Amino acid sequence: MALSTRSNFEKPDDAFRAIVEAHRGLSDEQSADLNAALVLILANHIGDFDVLREAIELAKRRMLEASQQQQQQQ
Amino acid sequence: MAQANIQAEIEAKTRFGYRRHADQDFGAAEPAMHGVVVVGAGPVGLSLAIDLAQRGQSVVLLDDADRIGEGSRAICFSKRSLEFWDRLGVGQRMVDKGVVWQVGKIFHGASLLYQFDLLPEEGHKRPAFINLQQFYAEAYLVDRVTELPDISLRWRNRVVGLDQRNDHVILSIDTPDGLYRIGASYVIACDGARSSLRQMVGAEFSGQVFEDQFLIADVRMTAAFPTERWFWFDPPFHAGRSALLHKQPDDIWRIDLQLDRDADPAVEKHPENVRPRIARMLGHDQFDFEWISLYKFQCRRMARLIHGRVIFAGDAAHQVSPFGARGANSGLEDAENLAWKLDRVLRKASPETLLESYQIERSAAADENIRESTRSTDFMAPATRQEARLRKAVLSLAKETEFGKRMVNGGRLSVPSIYETSLSTADGEVWCGGPRPGASMLDARIAPPESGLEYLTDAFKAFGRGFTILEFANGAAEWPDGVGIVRIGGISDSLETLRARYDAEPGTAYLFRPDGYVAARFRHPTREAIEAALKRATGYS
Repeated sequence: MALSTRSNFEKPDDAFRAIVEAHRGLSDEQSADLNAALVLILANHIGDFDVLREAIELAKRRMLEASQQQQQQQ
Repeated sequence: MAQANIQAEIEAKTRFGYRRHADQDFGAAEPAMHGVVVVGAGPVGLSLAIDLAQRGQSVVLLDDADRIGEGSRAICFSKRSLEFWDRLGVGQRMVDKGVVWQVGKIFHGASLLYQFDLLPEEGHKRPAFINLQQFYAEAYLVDRVTELPDISLRWRNRVVGLDQRNDHVILSIDTPDGLYRIGASYVIACDGARSSLRQMVGAEFSGQVFEDQFLIADVRMTAAFPTERWFWFDPPFHAGRSALLHKQPDDIWRIDLQLDRDADPAVEKHPENVRPRIARMLGHDQFDFEWISLYKFQCRRMARLIHGRVIFAGDAAHQVSPFGARGANSGLEDAENLAWKLDRVLRKASPETLLESYQIERSAAADENIRESTRSTDFMAPATRQEARLRKAVLSLAKETEFGKRMVNGGRLSVPSIYETSLSTADGEVWCGGPRPGASMLDARIAPPESGLEYLTDAFKAFGRGFTILEFANGAAEWPDGVGIVRIGGISDSLETLRARYDAEPGTAYLFRPDGYVAARFRHPTREAIEAALKRATGYS
């Protein structure tokens, strides 16, 4: 596995907070635009196609499972 | 429409009358037999016929019309295509008439986003691209055909029936004098995207049709725009859409405008409706229309390019969207790939299985071209709101980042494919550069201009056309008969570019196939090694 899913930040809360704060005050449209730009910037920084693919797989799998669970609960 | 347009002038000079051929006097039961019949006298069929004839084959070339094709259609011809046409004796004429270019600019809104140079290095005989109306290319190829007595070019000969036998094909051909039949060992279908031969063999032609429509207009005007390819995302004159401007010879400019998905083709095509759009783009209306067409792009291909003794090439076999100059150029690459193989098979110098390498090599190339042009088309016309959002992010990042610029896809222009093929001999030594087996020849200066063999591609044409060895050695080694030799003696300073392009050391040798692709390379070749590589590259593996 090329993708690292260990906790890499010394202070994970700071990282999460920085992303959350970047979205404060934005409309849903603006937030989605911001995320799109962020994804592209970070993907390029990583610069490893295998890592990118694994990240996409993980994100997509978690997204699908989460939305499934949500539907079951409703 | 301008009445006396250039297309009409060319047409007047290149209207070819139907002429009855002696084959038509043969009885239906005993038709005249031929080695190879090429169907379709477009750029691909004409080039293939010339290549085969230059290799000593007699070729029957059939076309259902009596003239070269209508409209400018393909306009960008690649370096690779020009090198092929050089070998066919028509390259210089194409370059002399064509508009040479290598720089592309991408605009977003009113501002320049970035520019690219498709051939940023010296020492190539041919430019990255020329722009030339397809009808000029066809007219020059027809002129060359008429110099070759081994090609029987028959206008107004429409293939209406095809019957595959064990060792030949019988074609039924309709002419102004009625039907006749001929037999052929091989039939090569170069009859375009709407290929009737494809239907006759019952082959599928599947792929993707894009919903977006593009208006393509050739306008005549005098303008001072540079000879560059200009592409706009969301230009001020065509909000929310894309546009392309490209120069052709004779003060003709190619303009592509993306339209709404639900635009009505009949309405959009009307010159009165096209004129204001283009006037907005150019800032004036001092232009005349040469040609207007409306397209929905398609990317599709046949699963098999070979159906028994019928072999498909060019648009008949695969179709791509045009942003990337991958249509005509890939068809020409099909022709150069097929010609030498078919010649060898017809002369029984190679087994029929050699033709399977055409299927493998050109299928992979078709997939690559479809992948590239699909990506470009998707980028220009995002299918969903999220795709549009990602594109918007790329375009905005491109304003200040290098990686963003490189993600902007306004068309990735045709480059030769690298073949993963059983005809190649794998490298057995360490190489730090140079074209690897399966890649196409890189040009470089090898001699002073007065030698007449200034470039490697000149020497390849002069000594080769068959298998050719490029060797960096002083001594005259014993190479197999029938192989062309380009011997570079000592590597002097003036040959540094050549040396670097081939990662050459004293003793290095490359073996080129007749289509100019690398079959094998060696640091210190032996005759045995060359013979083994030749055997493999000619289909005996």
